[in-house]
Amino acid sequence: MLDQIRDLYQEVVFDHNRNPRNFRVMEDANRKIEGFNPLCGDKITLYVKVNDEGVIEDLSFQGSGCAISTASASLMTEIVKGQTEEEAQHLFDIFHRITTGKNEEAVNLEEIGKLAVLAGVRAYPARVKCATLAWHSLQAALKNEANTVSTE
Amino acid sequence: MNKVYASQAAMPQNPAYSAPSAASLKARSSTAGYDVTRIREDFPILHQEVHGKALVYLDNAATTQKPKTVIDCIRRVYENDYSNVHRGVHTLSQRSTELFEAARETVQKFINARHCHEIVFVRGTTEAINLVAQSFGRSTVKEGDEILITAMEHHSNIVPWQMLCEQTGATLKVAPIDRNGELQLDEFEQLLSPRTRLVSVVHMSNALGTINPVKAIIERAHSREIPVLLDGAQAAPHMAVDVQDLDCDFYALSGHKLYGPTGIGVLYGKEKWLEAMPPYQGGGDMIRRVTFDKTEYNTLPFKFEAGTPNIVDAIALGAAVDYLESIGMDAIAAYENQLLHYATERALEIPQLTIVGTAERKGAILSFTLERIHPHDIGTILDHLGIAIRAGHHCAMPVMDFFGVPATARASFGLYNTFEEIDILMDGIRKVIEVFG
Ligand SMILES: Cc1ncc(COP(=O)(O)O)c(C=O)c1O
Repeated sequence: MLDQIRDLYQEVVFDHNRNPRNFRVMEDANRKIEGFNPLCGDKITLYVKVNDEGVIEDLSFQGSGCAISTASASLMTEIVKGQTEEEAQHLFDIFHRITTGKNEEAVNLEEIGKLAVLAGVRAYPARVKCATLAWHSLQAALKNEANTVSTE
Repeated sequence: MNKVYASQAAMPQNPAYSAPSAASLKARSSTAGYDVTRIREDFPILHQEVHGKALVYLDNAATTQKPKTVIDCIRRVYENDYSNVHRGVHTLSQRSTELFEAARETVQKFINARHCHEIVFVRGTTEAINLVAQSFGRSTVKEGDEILITAMEHHSNIVPWQMLCEQTGATLKVAPIDRNGELQLDEFEQLLSPRTRLVSVVHMSNALGTINPVKAIIERAHSREIPVLLDGAQAAPHMAVDVQDLDCDFYALSGHKLYGPTGIGVLYGKEKWLEAMPPYQGGGDMIRRVTFDKTEYNTLPFKFEAGTPNIVDAIALGAAVDYLESIGMDAIAAYENQLLHYATERALEIPQLTIVGTAERKGAILSFTLERIHPHDIGTILDHLGIAIRAGHHCAMPVMDFFGVPATARASFGLYNTFEEIDILMDGIRKVIEVFG
């Protein structure tokens, strides 16, 4: 009966929840944004360093959230590091599709690598926002929007 | 009336391990006579499986399930008696009016209001508080005045006052709580000033379970001639409430937390205040005579019930109250108190678990956190075991901030919960810990 739950809580999720990567303050970030999920109180601060060529040189985060949101933020920082803003945006679009189950047939799972472990959230509508909080924050940071985003 | 309030007995003080079966047996034997098996039969929704497990519904502070009498009542009225109220000479309208007014009387007796016209039907606690803020508040509160609340309020007893303060230039004062989640009564008293126009306090906290010493609060406020509103959303379903004995000026409650329908609630107000207050909304039913020059308002309570009210749900709220009274509020309070004691004892056996809200007088709410496991994850895993709890800030973000947690997991009990369900919850919590290793 707890087998199903393993679709959501895969080992990779536990691993990133226990030891989140890039979990630090970045003093020389040129973008910084706070993300909130008011429904459950998840909170992240995302730090991004984008160079003149539009490449995301570094990103890191701080904050407190559930296992899903922490793992998602951690995975995102690993995968997006070194990508251009366009590449990151493209990845966000795909990620959004797999987590909401919308137009997912068009998704090449290989393209998203480890992020696929979060596909399980689509069976948990109440948890989709946990998985996408970091991504919404990144998108806002790249667009240089106001310095807080909220999933509501 | 001889009243027993929930949790008058002290909570277990030390987290000493006690064998669950012994504690359980003790608790069970002392609730002999309370036939929970029969009561559960009255609630059709409880008899289902969720994720292949028998549903264990422990989210009663969010909303309660409905007994068959309430569901049947709604159906019966729509099938036999339904029409608009207070405006027809025809039979159905008269029948609906009689049923609607009878429900008002049922609620009046339930909370022991002096007059039937002191019972105003509203959408719920939120609307009741907004009504008082906008009607009483805007007509009496001036720049520099103060409204006093506590640090354990639900957002619906914070935001309407912030809005009023913005509109009038008044200030919102907040009385502090301590680490057990109890109101600091002395500090509260010191915050009562010559500029305090109203005290608005939760009777029982939804986030912590704390039952406030409302009589002492009211005495202290009244000695300075300050009226008091009690947010009874949580208290009313779990203990006998006597508004005359409490001597509160306003009392707000929600039908859906009282085993009744959504979309209906009650504002009780003392006649003298309701008489003096201007209407909250304008429209039909709340007027006596309208010309384009001047409108004469209707008498109480209709002055505050503009437009077609939620007729059938009000009638069904009456059915819910009848149901509660058939069991007896004192019996319900005593039984739920046993559930809380048992749940607390069992929870204290789990070393990774911290209870948030350890007031001496508590209603049947167990808010908790688990070391390094976010409440949201607890909620999802318990759901897979068929257990419905709430994970989040419980619309009380300032309470979460005070305890330095983003959220808590909350099991809240109702009159149909059992000791076995608490065992299932505790096993579930241990599974959560296991899964998160
Ligand atoms: C203490 C308290 N006050 C007020 C409310 C608001 O009630 P409603 O949403 O029914 O208006 C609630 C419900 O969550 C509550 O628990």
